[in-house]
Amino acid sequence: MTVRKNQAALTTDEKKRFVGAVLELKRNGRYDEFVRTHNEFIMSDTDSGERTGHRSPSFLPWHRRFLLDFEQALQSVDSSVALPYWDWSTDRTTRAALWAPDFLGGTGRSADGRVMDGPFSASAGNWPMTIRVDGRSFLRRSLGTAVRELPTPAEVESVLSIPTYDMAPYNSASDGFRNNLEGWRGVNLHNRVHVWVGGQMATGVSPNDPVFWLHHAYVDKLWAQWQRRHPGAGYAPTGGTPDVVDLDETMKPWNDVRPADLLDHTKFYTFDS
Amino acid sequence: MPDITRRRALTATAALATTAAVAALAAPAASAAGHDHPMPMPQPPSTFDEVYKGRRIQGRPMSGGGHHHEHGGGFEVLIDGVPLHVMRNADGSWISVVSHYDPMATPRAAARAAVDELQGAPLLPFPTN
Repeated sequence: MTVRKNQAALTTDEKKRFVGAVLELKRNGRYDEFVRTHNEFIMSDTDSGERTGHRSPSFLPWHRRFLLDFEQALQSVDSSVALPYWDWSTDRTTRAALWAPDFLGGTGRSADGRVMDGPFSASAGNWPMTIRVDGRSFLRRSLGTAVRELPTPAEVESVLSIPTYDMAPYNSASDGFRNNLEGWRGVNLHNRVHVWVGGQMATGVSPNDPVFWLHHAYVDKLWAQWQRRHPGAGYAPTGGTPDVVDLDETMKPWNDVRPADLLDHTKFYTFDS
Repeated sequence: MPDITRRRALTATAALATTAAVAALAAPAASAAGHDHPMPMPQPPSTFDEVYKGRRIQGRPMSGGGHHHEHGGGFEVLIDGVPLHVMRNADGSWISVVSHYDPMATPRAAARAAVDELQGAPLLPFPTN
């Protein structure tokens, strides 16, 4: 059984194996298909139309399945690898071990945002930007520039305490746990982390930065924590909602999996704590 | 969702009422998060054509109409003549594909944010499938 660990607790060998598997998916072309899929959904999910991957109740199960696909791809390279998560409410500075050269590398240089160290720097030669929205072909970051602070534990707690999963109109204007976690409303958790990292992470092609997976693995863990906190509350809506994935409807692009199939993460993996 | 509810959700009246309520709630939260993008009342965005940081940015009602990737309510934004994928949120704020998690008050603000983000790099046309 896969155990997803806090990135801060990974051993040197675990970091090395994770990085090695990610680089192999990049080399064999599978990585960029994940970037392409994410960008296609982010450009087509709209508040007034069909919405599946973002700004909708299925934001959480869609990303759970997307991460499962990616984790399985990693495990096809190295079966010992699991997705780590980044608790950005705790490891909230640029000095976190996450950003060290033996893991994801640090922030970009000021002139052009280019990441200069670590296995994903352009100079290391293993991380070309293939799926991109502009002419730049190197990984960029600007940690803590566009927004200064990552969410605090108190802000996370305030969102976990919201008792309702999601509410009409089931989009970026909704109240409820999902939209406050996604960040279009309220203290802003998930969206703000994308903005804090900057570079490709702030764009539709955000999976170009490997931290995408560690960010979403923690967002996914917060969903699991919310479920334990509110055992009587379930996914909504539960049927007949135009443009929105109901509990028992299948989700694109897979078309064979429903939110109902993804509510219990323990069928697929557990967390270290 | 019952049909009557969907129609109500789609009316401009409902959108205005929702946005007013949401704007009142969102303002203190937005400043707490370190953002400084006031949420506007929904209204047709203004056409613009200007040079910002040495690049021509344009916003205008979309020509042709019915385009598959049209998510800006019939409004398009260009940077040096290349279309920038923009989207209008339910509360009237705007995002673009190069600044997708950080809503701006107007399409002009989204275009300027894109120019800032691009740091001189050319925008690539998005796929027109």
